[in-house]
Parts: sequence; structure tokens; C-alpha cells
Amino acid sequence: MTAQINRRSLLSLGVGLGISVNFLGSQAFAASEGGLARKKLVVIICRGGMDGLSVSPPVGDPDYARLRGSIAMRRDEVLMLDDTFGLHPELQAVHALALKGEARIAPAIASPDRARSHFEAQDVLETGAAHVYGTETGWLNRTLESLAPIRRVEGLSVGSTAPLILRGKVQAASWSPGKLVDETARLPTLLQDLYKNDPMLGPAFARGLETEAMAQTAMTAMAASPAMNMAAASTPSMTPPGTPPGTPQMTMASQATAGDKQNKAGGDAARKLGATLGGFMIQAGGPQIAAVSLDGFDTHAGQPGQIATRLSYVDAVLDGLHQGLGPEWKNTLVIAVTEFGRTARVNGTGGTDHGTASTGLVLGGALKRGGIIGDWPTLSEKALFENRDTAPTLDMRGLFKGALADHMGVDRAILDSKVFPDSAGVRPLTGLV
Amino acid sequence: MMAAIAVTRFGLGARPGEIDAAKVDPQGFLIGQIRREGADIPQDGGDTSAQRFEQMRQYQQQRKMEREQKDGQADKTAANIQTFKDSQRELRDKVNADFLARARLGANTPAGFRERWALFWANHFTVSATKQITSVLIGPFEREAIRPYVFNSFENLLVASSTHPAMLTYLDQAQSVGPNSQVAFNAARRGGKSKVGLNENLAREIMELHTVGVDAGYTQADVTEFARALTGFSIGRDNEERAGQFVFRVNAHEPGGRTIMGRHYGQSDVAQGLAVLKDLAADPRTARHVCGQIARHFVSDTPPPSLTTRLERRWMETGGDLALVAKTLVESPEAWDPTPAKFKTPYEYALSTWRLIGAEPSAIERIAPILTGLGQKPFSAPSPKGWPEDAQTWASPDGLIKRMQWAQGFAATAADRTDPNALAVQALGDRLTPPVAKAVSRAETRKEAFALLVMSPEFQRR
Repeated sequence: MTAQINRRSLLSLGVGLGISVNFLGSQAFAASEGGLARKKLVVIICRGGMDGLSVSPPVGDPDYARLRGSIAMRRDEVLMLDDTFGLHPELQAVHALALKGEARIAPAIASPDRARSHFEAQDVLETGAAHVYGTETGWLNRTLESLAPIRRVEGLSVGSTAPLILRGKVQAASWSPGKLVDETARLPTLLQDLYKNDPMLGPAFARGLETEAMAQTAMTAMAASPAMNMAAASTPSMTPPGTPPGTPQMTMASQATAGDKQNKAGGDAARKLGATLGGFMIQAGGPQIAAVSLDGFDTHAGQPGQIATRLSYVDAVLDGLHQGLGPEWKNTLVIAVTEFGRTARVNGTGGTDHGTASTGLVLGGALKRGGIIGDWPTLSEKALFENRDTAPTLDMRGLFKGALADHMGVDRAILDSKVFPDSAGVRPLTGLV
Repeated sequence: MMAAIAVTRFGLGARPGEIDAAKVDPQGFLIGQIRREGADIPQDGGDTSAQRFEQMRQYQQQRKMEREQKDGQADKTAANIQTFKDSQRELRDKVNADFLARARLGANTPAGFRERWALFWANHFTVSATKQITSVLIGPFEREAIRPYVFNSFENLLVASSTHPAMLTYLDQAQSVGPNSQVAFNAARRGGKSKVGLNENLAREIMELHTVGVDAGYTQADVTEFARALTGFSIGRDNEERAGQFVFRVNAHEPGGRTIMGRHYGQSDVAQGLAVLKDLAADPRTARHVCGQIARHFVSDTPPPSLTTRLERRWMETGGDLALVAKTLVESPEAWDPTPAKFKTPYEYALSTWRLIGAEPSAIERIAPILTGLGQKPFSAPSPKGWPEDAQTWASPDGLIKRMQWAQGFAATAADRTDPNALAVQALGDRLTPPVAKAVSRAETRKEAFALLVMSPEFQRR
């Protein structure tokens, strides 16, 4: 019957039943906006300063092994991409996608911030401002706001707290694994009434209830898929303190010494999380834009073990997302970035300190095949930024702008002024999709 | 109204009768909680950092033995594996006990403001369970380095925190070695394979987070010079006299004088790092940065500038006397605005719910899951910056749903005999608004009434 329903009949049905205007909103415009209504963008923020030279070790760069000393990786250890770059051995799913032309690296990407402060750099990454404290809302939220007059696009963050990147005027959804809401209880309705004049709690709570309903569908769909064997409403995050967590949604503040079994549990949880997110995004009226945070990349000491665990989680989330999206993967672009990279030289404690450029990962069925994104500045003495860090050759706002322009159909003028304030000088990186 | 504000905004939420007790003199009720000897100490096993270090060392040895057995390099005996698992469980239980003891103190204390003040500083000087060794030291850190100094001078608090083994492991200071020190020289002579050198993590976070703040105008060179000044700040090894405690290793200290933020430090030993800490503590930019945080923590995500300025001025007049700064906060009219601007963090929220019914969490399993579910996993702040304090972070759609689910469960066990209408008055005093009172009185069941009360905008804010 769906085939016979047109926009008008859907709208009148909605009015008649008094339901689900949001849902109808995104569907109703689908026809006029063509393929754009199906496009999906996922941004993964790897917090703590992810070491780009570990994500995509430039084993073919003549200075790499010398600078990295005891933590350098060998050519035969990494998953080779081309003559210069490999991927970290934990990034197997990413590598498999790369071989199909569905994953690429941006090996020298950076935000416009140069202070090497986690908090300042994350703020700049998430607000999309040219400098710290430039604006108070997130660029993904301003994207939703800008698209609102044209078509309604839903945003979702994964995790129990709302990340800055999706904060702003538009109430975005947030979700993390937990038990499902008992819909027969009166409490949700009574609370909606109690919050009706509360500008903060009212919209947030309403959005939370909608998302829960969607979660029910997403998780049922995943349970039905034999490949995933998704346990509905599993609560891997609910562990007592002290148990090495490696939980999914997440503040992955887990012990660096976590054993293999714990890593596997963390990886499984991360994979389920990615798959569930995919389940959200394939639903009619589901989010087209989503943000995920992964913590624990601040590897000042004993870096190799720590980053291997973290990257195995990144790989698992991406693998789960790829599976969960199913055929919709072809409409999807995923960008994984960090606030800054780390020093090119190993430090005195088998780790690295705060640096500048790092590696961004760009993936998706919508991605065009190609080599590295942006230029590789090399690690030669002359090329290092302040004689210390990988030099930035690509402003990450350019990558974001390119993705929003080409993939999500956001207008250039809006990108230059509103989504990324004062960024007219930063050219959108076109041709990715 | 002031009594309700004193108990809910400055404190941890009303216990039965607490708002009444504060009525006579709300400001005096709070000022009376300030005391030179510091905050209360949670009542747990009372292990020192040194004892925890020793336990951790034993655990690591057992783990090593167990690994060797797995590799077939030693006889595999079930007994050894059992010991290893026992120690692992024992350590985990201790961390849980540390957290539970703190939560119980928060649920029971009649001095809610004193405890909030301690929690603020514990978060300001965050150490987090990202490393196993640090996780077992967080309880001792708060007992040894934070709570005794929260009404002392800021300089003493800063030095206590910056020299505590928990901080030295969390921010990788313990292994940081001056590149031109004796230790580095010896390592190079041995063949250069062993990794020794500088680690700037602690130096940077002290400047950026603990003292002057990221906008103070220091440079990368200042951070590196400060890291050099701190080399030698370390922890005693097993065979040393001060095992598991702060030691200064002169052999690891980078020789020479240095310049940091325009000041020269010519000292040649531990005095150098301490002198920098002293100057950072006294810096007016530290006063501004930290007083802004105090105002944001207690009063509003966007506090009135006049409040921050008043705290800052008092800080500078008194050389960072934290007892007097606390008193000034209580005496500031801006802090008593009747409109509640702060949204409770998950920890504050959970504690205030127990306080409401005059109870405490009976086991770690009662409190850890809800905090983890709400994004505030015990002892696991996401970064050295500590837990966020703003409403935007915590009033997320998912967070509200999880609070509601928890409130329903809590109500099922807590709401069997109490009169919900009286409970609402007891919880909020004059802050109880007619819509909330009405919703509570119209509820179908006690359970529903209780859940509505603790989910009301008034109860979730302070």
C-alpha cells in the first residue's frame, strides 16, 4: 500500500490521527528532494588526541622509523594502503573497505586551533568556529537548523550525554543502550505535562521518548538479522567501577592494561553499538545525521598497547555500522576525526605528547574511490610543524564543508557563514562523493 | 526561600528536616560548615596510597606468574591462578568501597555544603580510572591530597595534588626524565634501547586546567620548560624508604635554571618545581580562572560577572585562602537568586534522591549502574578536565529517559509509607511550585507521586 500513498494522503492521514508529524515531515519531502532525503552522514569524534601516525603509519616515509624509535611499526606489521601508508593492524574492517575503494585516509588534517589543548581543540572541532569561543553551538546542529526550511533532517548522538557538535537550537536526539521504556506507564505523559513550560526539559524529554520508540524498532530489526545476533536492550555499559570497562557508548575510560577478553567484550559492545546506530538510520524518518564519541586516545605513555585497543573499538564501531546500514551503506558517508594529532617523535615514556595534524578516516558506500585526501607534508625535519608535529595540510572544515555540500546538499553560502562562521577562505573539499 | 536555596543549591539536597534546620539563619547554616581542618573523610578501609601501591605490586607479580604459566614456562597450578583472581577481585572491591564510602558520606552528611566544596575540588584536580594503578589510588588521593586542604590555601592544595602518586601516575609525571639528567645519561650509555625522556602531560594540565587557564597567554616553550622543572617528581619504588609515596629524584631532574612565563627559576632541585607551583598559585590569572569555575559550579553555567569578580578579589586579598573564598561565596547576593539555574549532575541527582528519604546506597550495585548509564561512571571522568558541569551536557534526551526509568525503580522501593505531599515540601521547601505540588497530589499511587517529585524540573535543578 505504501506505493499508492502520496504526500497529500499521508499528510491528511497524519492530521486525522494526530500523530507523528516529524515522521511525516521527512517522508513528505522525500519526493521533491529526490535522493537527498536518503543521504546519511556520521561523524565520529575520537577524543584525547588520536595519533595519526599510528592510525595510518607512513612506513614508506624515510623519516618515520627514526622519529618514532621504539614505537615505530614495520611495513610487514601494518595493513598496506599504498607505497607510503599502511593502516594500523587493528583496523581490519577499515582496510577491507579501503580495498573496495570505500575508505580513504586524510593523513595531515587539523582543526584551525593550534593551542594543543584538548578542551580548546575539541571545542573548535565541534563548534566549527575559526577559533575557540567563536560560537556556542555545534556545526552539525547548525546544519540541521539551516536545512530545516528546506527539509527536516533528524540528528542523533550516541551516548548518554549530548556532545557539543550536536547542541544548539534544534533539539537533536541522543541514545545509549539501556532498558526500554515501559510504554504503558502514565509517568511519561504526566512528565510531558509537567515540562510543558520548561524550554530545556520539555523538548529534550519529548525527543527522548521518540528516540526510545525508534530504538525498539532498531533493536528488533537487528535481532531478526542472523548475522548480528543482536541482544535487545543489552546493557554492556552497566558495569561496576573497577571492572575494566571497554564499554560501548562511551566514555571509553578503560584500563590500558585490559586483557584480551575485556578487549573482545569492548569490541563486541562497540560493534553492536555501530549496528544499532545503523538500525536507527535506516528507519523511515530516522536520523540522517549522527555523532558518536570515542574516548581514550591521550596516549602519553605506553602508547602501542593503548592505541591498539582504542583502534580495535573504532574498527568495530565502523564494522557494525557498515553491517547495520545494509543496503543504505551506499547512501552513507562517515568521517572520523580527532581534535589534534601527536608529536612525530616518541617521548621519554613510550608515548607521544600533544601535536597538531592527525589522520582523518573517510568511509562509506557514497565515497568515490581515490588516494589519500589532502597532501602528505612528509616527516622531514623541514616539514615538521614547529619542529615537532605532523604539519597540517588540510583544514578539517574543508572536509566537513565538502561532505555537507556534495553529500547533504547544503548551500555554499550557508556553509561559509553560518555552519562554519568566517570560513569563506576555507574551500570545500569537493569530489568526495 | 533562602533556607531551601541553602540546602539545595549550596548543599546536596534536603534530608528530612534539613530545610527547617536552616531556616533560622540560612547563611550561618552554611558558614558553620566551613572548617580549617578540611572536609570530612569517607569511612572506608582507610588504606594509604603506599598500601595500595604495595597491593598493586603483588597483584602485578601474580598476574605475571599466571601469564608465564599460560605460556608453559612454569608449572601450572590452580592455586596460583586463584591467588591472582582473588587479588584482582580484592583490588576491585577496594575501589568500589572507596566510591561507596564517598557516596554514603554524601547521602548522610548534615554538612552538605562542605561536601559539595570538597567534590568541586576533587573534580578540579581530577584523577580518573583510565589506568589501573591510578584507579586504586583515587580514594586515597581524595583522602590525602584533597579533603584536608579544601579550606586551606590554594597553594597547599595545588602542591598536595601535584605531588600525590595518583596525579603523578594519571598524568604520566612519575616516569618523566630530564633529557640531560644523570638517568638519561646512564640509559644512553647502556645502549639507548630503554625509553627515557620528558613527558609534558602534567605540566600542561597544571597550567591549563588547575591554575592560570588556557587563555593565560603561555606558550609551548613555557609548557616544556615547566615539564623540565617538574622532572624528578616521582614515586618511591618497592625497595626504597618512601615506597609508594612522593619522592624527588635529583638524578632524573633536568639540570640548570629555566624561564617560565617570563620568570627565571635558578633552583637546582625539587625547589624549582615547587617555586613554579607557588608562582602559579599566586598568579591573578589563576584567581580569575578558578573563581569563574567556582561560580559556574555553584550558581550558574553563565554566572554574573560581579560574582566572579567578588570571589576573585577576595582570593587575591587573602592569598588564595579557600575558607574565606567559600565564605564570600555564601555571602554573595548573586548566589541567592531564587531562580534555580543549575541542572544536577547524575551524582548530585542520585545523592539528593537518597537524602530525600533519609537513606543511603546500600551497595555499589545500587549506585554505580545508574551513574554509568547517565554518563558519569564512578571515578572515570572522561579527561583531566573532569566532569562537565553544564546543563546542556546532562539534560540530554537520553539522560532524561534514563533518569525517569531509574526514578520509577527507586520509587518502587522507597515510596511505600511516606506521604508524598509532605515529602514534596520536605524536599523543596519554598521552592515547591504549584504545578509540581498539584501533580504530586493528583498521582494515582505513592510510587507515581514519588517519581513525579524527583523528576520535577524543581528537584532536578538547584
